[in-house]
Amino acid sequence: MRTALYARRRRRNAIAMSLSLVATLIGLGWLVLILGALLWQGVNGLSLQVFTEMTPPPGADGGLLNPIFGSLIMTGLAVAIGTPVGILAGTYMAEYGRYARTTTIVRFINDILLSAPSIIVGLFIYEVVVAPMGHFSAFAGALALAVIVVPVVIRTTEDMLLLVPNALREAAAALGMPRAYVIRHVAYRAAKAGIVTGVLLAIARISGETAPLLFTALNNQFWSSNLNAPMASLPAVIFQFALSPYADWQKLAWTGALIITLAVLTLSIAARVVTGSRRQS
Amino acid sequence: MPSRAQVLVRMRLADKTFQYLTHATALGVLALLGCIIVALIIGSLPALRTFGFEFLVSQRWNPVTERFGALAPIYGTVVTSLIAMAIAVPIGLLVAMFLTELCPLWLRRPIGIAVELLAGIPSIIYGIWGLFVFAPFLQVHVQPLLIDTFGEVPVLSSLFAGPPYGIGTLTAGLILAIMVLPFITSISRDVFEAVPAVLKESAYGLGCTTWEVFRSVVLPYARVGVIGGVMLGLGRALGETMAVTFVIGNAHKIAPSILAPGTTISATIANEFTEAVGDLYTSSLIALGLILFAITLVVLALARYLLLRVERRLGA
Repeated sequence: MRTALYARRRRRNAIAMSLSLVATLIGLGWLVLILGALLWQGVNGLSLQVFTEMTPPPGADGGLLNPIFGSLIMTGLAVAIGTPVGILAGTYMAEYGRYARTTTIVRFINDILLSAPSIIVGLFIYEVVVAPMGHFSAFAGALALAVIVVPVVIRTTEDMLLLVPNALREAAAALGMPRAYVIRHVAYRAAKAGIVTGVLLAIARISGETAPLLFTALNNQFWSSNLNAPMASLPAVIFQFALSPYADWQKLAWTGALIITLAVLTLSIAARVVTGSRRQS
Repeated sequence: MPSRAQVLVRMRLADKTFQYLTHATALGVLALLGCIIVALIIGSLPALRTFGFEFLVSQRWNPVTERFGALAPIYGTVVTSLIAMAIAVPIGLLVAMFLTELCPLWLRRPIGIAVELLAGIPSIIYGIWGLFVFAPFLQVHVQPLLIDTFGEVPVLSSLFAGPPYGIGTLTAGLILAIMVLPFITSISRDVFEAVPAVLKESAYGLGCTTWEVFRSVVLPYARVGVIGGVMLGLGRALGETMAVTFVIGNAHKIAPSILAPGTTISATIANEFTEAVGDLYTSSLIALGLILFAITLVVLALARYLLLRVERRLGA
């Protein structure tokens, strides 16, 4: 009787443990499957041409130069707009308003913005920028991406500033430094690696964002460096080309997908290296 | 040479300016959320005025006659998210259990990193993979099997009816499951790891098996955090756009079969917004966005509230 119960409990445990092992293998299996398919399909189309030529009309040879350029421009602009805003807001939350009620509310709202659907951001920018201006523009696309950058940077800036020991601030204040100087010359310097990580993660996040660009920057078949006109971006071109019936467009879409994934993975790993080196020192 | 008093005045000014600047930016975040809501409401007013409450309960979507109803996209959003959660929650919890209870220490970090990399892959990558690799695989190997197996079973036969298209509601749900799995796993792992070792050890000391410790000690202790993580994953699944747009088929109808093409709120907006002619069409799409934002706000706020409670308890 007792041995039967014992055997049943052990059996149940063995079943649960094997299930968890299987679940883990399934979970990791997807990563392997997706990256495998991406490499398999994407490497085929990878050539110098991809980086030197414009997007082709169906049936012709071409590359992805204009969308790569567009993605770089809009990502750069978005980071240039979003990072200062994020760092300033994060500074308030960790330094001036650490115990303020505002901070709790802002943190709550920020966490919601952090995981809000990105297509909503696209609609918002369409309503406030594109519709009044009357046309799609690269600038609107960059603004939409900046709205996504801000919460990521706020979150990491606040977290990292909170990790800076108060003794450092007090020592600087005892020397007679005004608060703003303490923050800029002591706290920022101590939290630099963490803040850089936040910016890297934000870049990784927006470099693959498609939904906010679809109706802000739209797309552009041709080379354009005009911020006031529609601009191509890698995700938007992948979207258009992958859903097209033309085999050579689909091939370019795979190559573009590979480029984005490699960029995102490099950025995420770089972000880990930056924080990792900080922890060791 | 400025006097000491002048320098002090200047420093004081710079100090105050910096403080007010940071304060204003922080309040700007609150204003941002307010602006988003107001902009969506203003944008959707024409549609809401024209259709009223009917917008929520009608499944007509006819750009030619300009009659719009949101029921089909809302239904698609809810069903795909439910499929995703039904698959991702048990698997995610099992993976988290593996990582905290079973996995050898040297393997924990690599697997944890792999899970987080999976979370970082942009959704359009899942979309293109789903369209070209996953959907054809389902069409050839899985869907015919489902149709054959459940063809005779009363209720399930209508759920798995129709030809195997490959793309459709089920495919979208499965892709979403893959996408939210890392979120659920990493949050669950974090809350499982926060369970005090003493609690687990005393259960082991009473002779419990690993599974019994997990089910009767770890899971009840981490319950609130796990629910928070699940809600966070649900928020993602509800609002996910690109991955779904590729594989859902964009059909504005409510089909009883989950193998049939459907649509979701985000997929409808992504597919039709740039082609929408006429103010009413555009406005209806923005109204869809408003509905989506309202749903995700509630879900995400609840998730954050639950996770906040866990943090407070850990902090205390």
